[in-house]
Amino acid sequence: MLNRIWLVFILLGTAVAVTGGRAEVVTRAVTEGSQAAVQTALGLIGTIAFWLGLMRIAEDAGLIVLLARIIRPLVRFLFPEVPANHRALGSILLNMAANLLGLGNAATPLGLKAMVELQELNEEPDTATNSMCTLLAINTSSITLIPTLVIAARAAAGSRNPAEIVGTTIIATSCSTIAALTVDALYRRLGRRGQGR
Amino acid sequence: MAQRILEVVSEGAVPLLIAGILLLAHWRGVNVFESFLQGAQEGFATAVRLIPHLVAMFVAIDLLHLSGTLDLVYKLLYPLFALGDIPPEILPLVLTRPLSGSAAFGVTVNLINTHGPDSFIGRLASTIQGSTDTTFYILTVYFGAVGIKKTRHALVAGLVGDLAGFVAAFCICKLVFG
Repeated sequence: MLNRIWLVFILLGTAVAVTGGRAEVVTRAVTEGSQAAVQTALGLIGTIAFWLGLMRIAEDAGLIVLLARIIRPLVRFLFPEVPANHRALGSILLNMAANLLGLGNAATPLGLKAMVELQELNEEPDTATNSMCTLLAINTSSITLIPTLVIAARAAAGSRNPAEIVGTTIIATSCSTIAALTVDALYRRLGRRGQGR
Repeated sequence: MAQRILEVVSEGAVPLLIAGILLLAHWRGVNVFESFLQGAQEGFATAVRLIPHLVAMFVAIDLLHLSGTLDLVYKLLYPLFALGDIPPEILPLVLTRPLSGSAAFGVTVNLINTHGPDSFIGRLASTIQGSTDTTFYILTVYFGAVGIKKTRHALVAGLVGDLAGFVAAFCICKLVFG
């Protein structure tokens, strides 16, 4: 899927640039885009390292397994393929909690950790599993209770009530998450057997 | 009131999480510093593994933006928005939201400043900005970290979620802020 989308993005962008007489923006996109990509990745190193370090402490103390056991009912419903007490369940829960609290800096490293642990259960390492798709559905539609950045921007612009959009945001984000999870569940049902886990 | 509680929880979560994990681990006899270093060591490799995936996606999105392809799609969709009574000013935000988090935030700030934070467009833009995350970025980073190439239905689910988020944002804003 990403394969085709990427192809269309690149070819379409190039075609529009060339027919519009602006072929030079192709080079600019290549240079600026790849530089921004590396900067983004390098910027992530610190926070990823910190959260992975903290998670290792929690893991060594047996906290992750404990957590996974406590929230088992909910996560078993969303991730039926992951064995009970598997440490991926703990990471998934923490990732969801970080998303809920709007802690994007923490949510990504925790989500990546969950992906690595889900990959251990994967029989076809280049293909996404059902559990991975569910985790992605939750994260791409991310339920956020407090959109801190938006509130800050509204306050800076002199809003009378910067936080008044919290309620509407919670409803909109719940709808998007329910929709993403519904699509995910439908594909799960329709998906051919043997592609599970 | 509920909002205030949420804010306090949001601000206190990180300090509480860090202190709580450290205290519990120490109490259970873990050498916290050593464990931390072992875990943190994986941070570099994880971030570096993302680079090729991010390069591919960022170049494609920059290309769409700089070539004027997004403006073209914008022009095509404009009449559709007018038909649904949706302010067409919001369209650039709808198009950039799944592609780039920082670009979408820029568009939101621009809309808030141009139309005023307490205008209908300002409130709608604020709601849309917070309603979903950057689908393409999340997909790239999460699948990139473990080298997944066949992403199956993850993209479709993410984009349907985005669309549902936009529609819901518009309906609820219409209802609440009219």
